[in-house]
Amino acid sequence: MKYSVTLRVNGKEQKLNLDARATLLNALREILHLTGTKKGCDQGQCGSCTVLLNGKRVNSCLVLAVMADGKTVTTIEGVSSNGELHPLQQSFLSHDGLQCGYCTPGQIVSALGFLNEPWDKTPEAVQIGMSGNLCRCGAYPNIASAIEEIRSSIQEAASS
Amino acid sequence: MNHWIGAPIDRADGILKVTGEASYAADFNFENLIYGIPILSTCAKGKVVKIDDSDALKIPGVLTILTSQNTPEFFPAKSDFGTASQMGEIRLPLQDETIHYAGQYLGVVLAETLESAEEAEKLVKVLVEEEPPILEMEKNLSQAYSPKAFFGEPLPVIRGNFEKAFSEAEIKLEEIYTTPVEHHNPMEPHASIAVWDGENLTLYESTQWVVGARNVVADALKLPREKVKIISWFVGGGFGCKGFIWPHTLLSSLAAMQMKRPVKVLLSRRHLFTTVGHRPATCQKLTLGASRSGKISALKHHTITHTSFVGEFLEGSGGASQNLYDFPNLQVIYQVVRLNKGTPTFMRAPGESTGLFALESLLDELSYKLKIDPIELRLKNYAERHPETGLPWSSSNLKECLQIGAEKFGWKNRNPDPGSMKQGNLSLGWGMAVSMFPGFRSPGSARVKILPDNTARVESATQDMGTGTYTTMKQIAAEILSLPPEKINSFLGDSSYPAAPISGGSMTSASVGPAVEAAAKKALQHLIDTAIKDKASLFYRCSPDDLQAKNGNLIFKTDPSKAETFGEILLRNNLPFLEGEAFIKPDQPDKKYAFQSHGAQFAEVLVDPYLKTIRLNRMVGIFDVGKILNLKTARSQAIGGMIMGIGMALYEKTVYDLTTGRVVNDNLSDYLIPVMADIPSIDVEFIDKPDPYFNSLGVRGLGEIGITGTAAAIANAVYHATGIRIRDLPITLEKLL
Amino acid sequence: MKPFTYQRPFTVQEALHSIRNTPGSIFLAGGTNLVDMMKLEVINPSVLIDINQLPLNKIEPLPNGGIQIGSLVRNSDLGFHPLIRKNYPVLSQAVLSGASPQLRNMATVGGNLMQKTRCSYYRDEISPCSKRNPGSGCSALKGYHAEHAILGTSSSCIATHPSDMCVALSALEAIIHIESEKEKRKIAASEFHLLPGNSPEKETVLEPYEIIVMIELPPLPPNTTSCYIKVSHRALYEFALSSAAVVLEWEGEKIKQGRIALGGVAAKPWRCFQAERLLENSLPDEKLFRSCAETALQGAEPQKENQYKVELTKQVICKALSTAFKRSV
Repeated sequence: MKYSVTLRVNGKEQKLNLDARATLLNALREILHLTGTKKGCDQGQCGSCTVLLNGKRVNSCLVLAVMADGKTVTTIEGVSSNGELHPLQQSFLSHDGLQCGYCTPGQIVSALGFLNEPWDKTPEAVQIGMSGNLCRCGAYPNIASAIEEIRSSIQEAASS
Repeated sequence: MNHWIGAPIDRADGILKVTGEASYAADFNFENLIYGIPILSTCAKGKVVKIDDSDALKIPGVLTILTSQNTPEFFPAKSDFGTASQMGEIRLPLQDETIHYAGQYLGVVLAETLESAEEAEKLVKVLVEEEPPILEMEKNLSQAYSPKAFFGEPLPVIRGNFEKAFSEAEIKLEEIYTTPVEHHNPMEPHASIAVWDGENLTLYESTQWVVGARNVVADALKLPREKVKIISWFVGGGFGCKGFIWPHTLLSSLAAMQMKRPVKVLLSRRHLFTTVGHRPATCQKLTLGASRSGKISALKHHTITHTSFVGEFLEGSGGASQNLYDFPNLQVIYQVVRLNKGTPTFMRAPGESTGLFALESLLDELSYKLKIDPIELRLKNYAERHPETGLPWSSSNLKECLQIGAEKFGWKNRNPDPGSMKQGNLSLGWGMAVSMFPGFRSPGSARVKILPDNTARVESATQDMGTGTYTTMKQIAAEILSLPPEKINSFLGDSSYPAAPISGGSMTSASVGPAVEAAAKKALQHLIDTAIKDKASLFYRCSPDDLQAKNGNLIFKTDPSKAETFGEILLRNNLPFLEGEAFIKPDQPDKKYAFQSHGAQFAEVLVDPYLKTIRLNRMVGIFDVGKILNLKTARSQAIGGMIMGIGMALYEKTVYDLTTGRVVNDNLSDYLIPVMADIPSIDVEFIDKPDPYFNSLGVRGLGEIGITGTAAAIANAVYHATGIRIRDLPITLEKLL
Repeated sequence: MKPFTYQRPFTVQEALHSIRNTPGSIFLAGGTNLVDMMKLEVINPSVLIDINQLPLNKIEPLPNGGIQIGSLVRNSDLGFHPLIRKNYPVLSQAVLSGASPQLRNMATVGGNLMQKTRCSYYRDEISPCSKRNPGSGCSALKGYHAEHAILGTSSSCIATHPSDMCVALSALEAIIHIESEKEKRKIAASEFHLLPGNSPEKETVLEPYEIIVMIELPPLPPNTTSCYIKVSHRALYEFALSSAAVVLEWEGEKIKQGRIALGGVAAKPWRCFQAERLLENSLPDEKLFRSCAETALQGAEPQKENQYKVELTKQVICKALSTAFKRSV
């Protein structure tokens, strides 16, 4: 059975006619061809498919697209603007917070979500708050420093 | 010297990766695409009696189902590791009714949408005549065979007289170390999109070997090799399980040719536990004889491991004992049992990772028995020459690795008594181990093109699975052409480029790197030749020896102010590009030197004395891998290897149900790999001295050495913290309770 | 996944009406568990009733000093809520120790109560499993069961309940508010889940036509300390091998009364009522904690591969009690 679903993806309204079974992840990848969001496990166990749904990070593999009707979705494609890298993307690049790059979009979008959550203002919170994103290449220490650089700069800006 | 080689520049493909624009195999889109979902056996041994797909075919959108009933003959490709082709398992898919393991391909559903393909797959009813599977190697030792050779080297390895030396030894030790089946689990599941235009087949693959994939597919389908092209621009991790060619690649190809439409076959995470290889379990009995002063006179390394009924594989754990220390009397023995499990394959540092867990644990045990510092014990058995061949090392800096690592880690402050060191309420443990991986290389080729816009491109049919090949290729070309790296674009992951070997055995930098260097030199030579023949050039009729490239210009060595850009020279001569291509073969006809990378790892663990939870607190790794091509990506890769070693030490284990033979924990929630919170500060340093004889760049690879020794360093640290020696990986808390 | 139709009611009454009158229907909340189960085809509803729009997503203080939590409150909102952190730290700790931030952002409190076991034989669609396919037997008993239950098991099932949150709710004596079209009822968190017995497929007291609307946390006396201790192989993002939630009410230096609930060891959050009696009016010390632990595990019936859980759980109880004790001084 098909359902009409309206998503606001990266600022753009998308009207789709979907199988109720289509996950948000499959809708993004196979129908909207926004393939930056990756399928790593399709079971909510790796974080590669992380997107922001109404501003909160979620595993898009476990969200049915119909459930997201009327909601805003931010994928990795919506993180940079006008060809300019987001500071978080730049930080991943300079800290080499990636190797094969497959988990990277999920890591970056997850980090965006993390920075908006009420975690303790500590580097340890990055380690804990980012443990929903697996990386098999083992880029963790570099990912952690990439995010910590942004987290601490936000904290400094807020306290000055 | 331009010093681009070694510079810690940002990853060349980094921007594409942080923006989500990098296209991995499953990311390509084609009109009229068909989705293919594999049907896998749930039975581990038996015969298919009937496949009833009538319900599945009724699902709207389902087009057809390929099974052994309607699949034409595939033809075996010639097996030739490294340069030509190799299937992950010998048996070709969907050709017969025999089931050799749970998870074996029985068919593929082809449908218009992913949802209908997945629904239909579960509706296919397979009637099987089941037999009890053979699943445990220890219980089936009577069926074991002893392999006669390992990569051309005859087995067993016998050096000196083990029996005699052992019987005369003052100190004797014998212990059994076991390692479980582990799965590579790259974050990207394998995927294959096949596009057939009636004559040419293009495959968008996730592979560590585009040339091998092309050759296997072409041979299997009886297509001329030049009619098949493999695209694998980005690979979401491989670690060995994308090295050889697995059945899904043949099935997508066949389906595309039959359906005359593009076909995308996607493997699920569950599939990755059965159909694309694994690291087999090992049971290693090590028998050691030594003097009281710590010189090891006799060692026997007896490995029991397994392979499948449809593939040959040997986890060469004994290589660690064969190639690292000066053991004058040695026996390396293997027994392999065939099990009803999928076919094992290379997984990051095959052999060395499992073998060094055993050997470096045993040396730690000996150090306690003799009350000798573990580092001193290793120095006492240091091999001044390659212990097997007797050849001098081309370059060995193991002693420096141990010394620098010990200093960085603060090893001298260690109280060796188990349980003697504390941090708060927790037991602190310090352990160390040596890392080692042989230096391998294969023939490789590359092409460098200088373009009129003062840029250049480098092409090679190699791969970058996060290893940094895109980056190092352009750094090498930059060094030769004297162009800044941002003016050079690397192209790889395409089988139509000049041939390169499998990205395995840590050999890409050592095989492709020198080819890029030579190709760049040739391209530059063509540029110089063009200039000196060009009447309009400043350099007309000059001697080539007087010229050099500098920052995108050709200049006089003696007068740098006289310069022409590369582009000017090309444009004036109406040349769209100038290119150089090189094919480099390892040249050591007389085998004068032995090539091997070494390292030292140090681990600090904290063990809760009551709950027995083990947390890593910090690690130090020092590696001697020859010249470092890019300090930033090299450091990342070494850390990544160590982190996979942490997984091996503390978390990873594939569990099979011993009745059905099915993998019980075939998902990333139950097969545990480290998360960020598990990973401590990791301090990595390189010796960074070029290997003078291995190749023109002095580089040995470093994809694998990082994982070697990690598990032993951690096991030794756990012993130091608790006094409990765990010889069975992974080291989990219930073993300490 | 099997095909299904999808509905989205906007009121509790509409939802209850739908579920009662639609054969094969099931409520969908955060979906983090249900969508996974549907992909595995372990749960195959023909109608999904998406209740995410229902007005059940508030955390509000009650006049008696307690707190009410709407059943559609997301796990992260619960774990991070200032009132929960301040008054019920054990609950915040438990919730934030489970799953991942992404999952917690979708997963709801009601869904967490309804979470399915992680037993791989239950999840694999084909193995005999009495929970999935009543009467078919338990594959874990003779198969792999290192993570399985040691308390309250039966020959039909040795699966565990995977939730961390429910363990804290049990120790806090939370009250679960349930509605159907006909009636409203309340049930203690400790009585919400059922032990397997001969019918492991029946996991909770919730009837198919009922909905969880709210969880009520009774007020805690001011001199109360609590904590949640969880042990798993990885630091995070893993189900508990064993966990304990402990709530201790103090009177001077004595424990007036205490509550202990365990996770990862049974088909439900396991309340240790007998051990709790030992805590009443007692002076805290390691000996008392150890005897509580021994008492709590007296009825343990481990299998071959999960024997370690007995000693581990004892250690977890001691650690939780001593941590809650330290917080009192």
